[in-house]
Amino acid sequence: MKSLEELMAIKAKMQDKVSVRTSSGDIRVVVGMATCGIAAGARPVLNAFVEGVSEAGLTDKVQVTQTGCIGICQYEPVVEVYEKDKEKVTYVKMTAEKAKEVVEKHIKGGNIVTEYTIGASQI
Amino acid sequence: MIRSHVLVCGGTGCTSSGSRAISEKLAEELKIKGLDEEVKIVQTGCFGLCALGPIMIIYPEGTFYSMVTPEDIPEIVEEHLLKGRIVERLVYNDSAEAKTEDAPAGSLSDTQFYKKQKRVALRNCGVINPEVIDEYIAMDGYFALAKVLKEMTPDDVIKTILDSGLRGRGGGGFPTGRKWMFAKASVSDKKYVVCNADEGDPGAFMDRSVLEGDPHAVIEAMAIAGYAIGADEGWVYVRAEYPIAVRRLQIAIDQAREYGLLGKNIFGTDFNFDIHIRLGAGAFVCGEETALLTSVEGNRGEPRPRPPFPAVKGLWEKPTIVNNVETYANIAQIILNGSDWFRSFGTEGSTGTKVFALGGKIKNTGLVEIPMGTTLREVIEEIGGGVPNGKKFKAAQTGGPSGGCLPAELIDTPIDFDTLVKAGSMMGSGGLIVMDEDTCMVDIAKFFLEFTVDESCGKCSPCRVGTVRLLEILEKITSGNGEMEDLDKLEELANYIKSASLCALGQTAPNPILSTLHFFRDEYIAHIVDKKCPAGVCKQLLSYNIDADKCKGCTLCARKCPAGAIVGKVKEVHVIDNQKCVKCGACIETCKFGAIYKK
Repeated sequence: MKSLEELMAIKAKMQDKVSVRTSSGDIRVVVGMATCGIAAGARPVLNAFVEGVSEAGLTDKVQVTQTGCIGICQYEPVVEVYEKDKEKVTYVKMTAEKAKEVVEKHIKGGNIVTEYTIGASQI
Repeated sequence: MIRSHVLVCGGTGCTSSGSRAISEKLAEELKIKGLDEEVKIVQTGCFGLCALGPIMIIYPEGTFYSMVTPEDIPEIVEEHLLKGRIVERLVYNDSAEAKTEDAPAGSLSDTQFYKKQKRVALRNCGVINPEVIDEYIAMDGYFALAKVLKEMTPDDVIKTILDSGLRGRGGGGFPTGRKWMFAKASVSDKKYVVCNADEGDPGAFMDRSVLEGDPHAVIEAMAIAGYAIGADEGWVYVRAEYPIAVRRLQIAIDQAREYGLLGKNIFGTDFNFDIHIRLGAGAFVCGEETALLTSVEGNRGEPRPRPPFPAVKGLWEKPTIVNNVETYANIAQIILNGSDWFRSFGTEGSTGTKVFALGGKIKNTGLVEIPMGTTLREVIEEIGGGVPNGKKFKAAQTGGPSGGCLPAELIDTPIDFDTLVKAGSMMGSGGLIVMDEDTCMVDIAKFFLEFTVDESCGKCSPCRVGTVRLLEILEKITSGNGEMEDLDKLEELANYIKSASLCALGQTAPNPILSTLHFFRDEYIAHIVDKKCPAGVCKQLLSYNIDADKCKGCTLCARKCPAGAIVGKVKEVHVIDNQKCVKCGACIETCKFGAIYKK
């Protein structure tokens, strides 16, 4: 080790790899992964969120986790976004592409993608 | 892309309860389910809750599973990792209650066991994989070393440690910064930094856990100490009975060398430092610093008189600092966060946190790190979960064979270096053994004396001969032959040994007797005058009897008795012949009617 920069580079490289354990979880993205969710394609959605958050460099703040059946099987894959002091947002009928968009606009930009939320789909 | 980490405890406790089989099974199951690209298994150091091992934590949820078996693994993989449903039946129950709508169940920090803890020395234990240096670096590892080499003078480093108020965690409680200051002031062509990892107190295992869970923290701190005092060589003296710790430490040293964090011109400066391991054979006296140094030199581990202190004449007669593993584990954090940060925990005279090994009659056996000044009650009742089986708390033993007991009436004592000494005990390395009403205090004193008699190195006669005499008097008392003047003899001899012994082993060996005599004198008197052991422990003072009203004459006890001491015919009341009885207690366990009692 010849310089501090080298050490910082290792730390930066590792940050993504350990942040799963240390993330503050200010924002939690929860993907419904019961049988219904998996059958409807929740796994690519989950992976898209994991990748998207990592690419956006937000792993220290955003946790991507799974949960069981949320109870609205016809709308699966369902994704819920929890943010401190804000109301929960529920996205339905998600795909990997939509997931990328949600990361970009909602998680990163702070703007809810209204057309994918449960409110929009009920109409 | 990894989305989830499964942390499996690889400390000695969990390894012996089978955590390795769990890791293997887990890897197998993940492959079957095609999750091995998404879920990573991380083997960590000790989480602290050893009583509930093997322990497993799944992130990002932070779900805390305890007492996991290989048979549970398919369910955990299928339910939790594949479908995201937490396996409630395996979640540590204390935390399951804390489940709310928003927070996932079983989060580690919600548990009673962890809530009151403040982990500084143990901060990476159970968080990182100790065999991967990059994980340590991700947790700011080696940044403190970089900081001291780039921005601080050796005097700045020593001042920071002095200001932090850090005192030696191995037992003595000597200010670490002062040790460093003396060693720096000594002029010599060669100096040494030594790590005392010869953890010898029965029941204490924090040093082992740090070495197993976060070995780089010790390496980094030793390098910092080397820079501060002007040493280029370090030795870690660790007992060979800690194979996992030794292996991980060696891996860590090799990795640090590979990265140039040990070796020549560290961080491009002219500072050189390297570390060697010396294995100890497990002699208690080698935890004493001068005996330790003698042993590192390759000689029989015997203490030498101080002064000269190691800071002046230590290893191979060169100026040396000897610090304990846990002390080193605090150093990098103090450098990074500053001395004021460290002082914000603990009390005026004892700053920071202390790791305690909870053992004995307590629900949550394990390792806890608490701010100094936390009361004994908080440790035992809240963190430790109290005394099991509805028994009453009687006393807590701190400091192992060198320490003493705190009786139940002192349960609200804040624990720090000075209050413990004032109460007639000492911090020691932080073993905390909880005793309930079934513990005989005379027997406890005898137990610790037996230990010191075994471990006395024999160099000086107060310790070699004196401790044996003390033990003989105790044996006389517990066998029912004690006389009242024995108590005075005990006290007199104990004080001689304390003042005349060469090293801390002898100087502190009588403490268990003096402290139990002080707080539990009535128990000694009961043994001597009434020839009774109130706790029912000392066998020679016990007799087993059968309650004639309750005995149904089932003959079970007579058949079970290994000494043939119980006689009686079928359907007739049985009788125990106390001449033949060996007081093993097998009959009490056998009797279905509760007819047998001891007194």
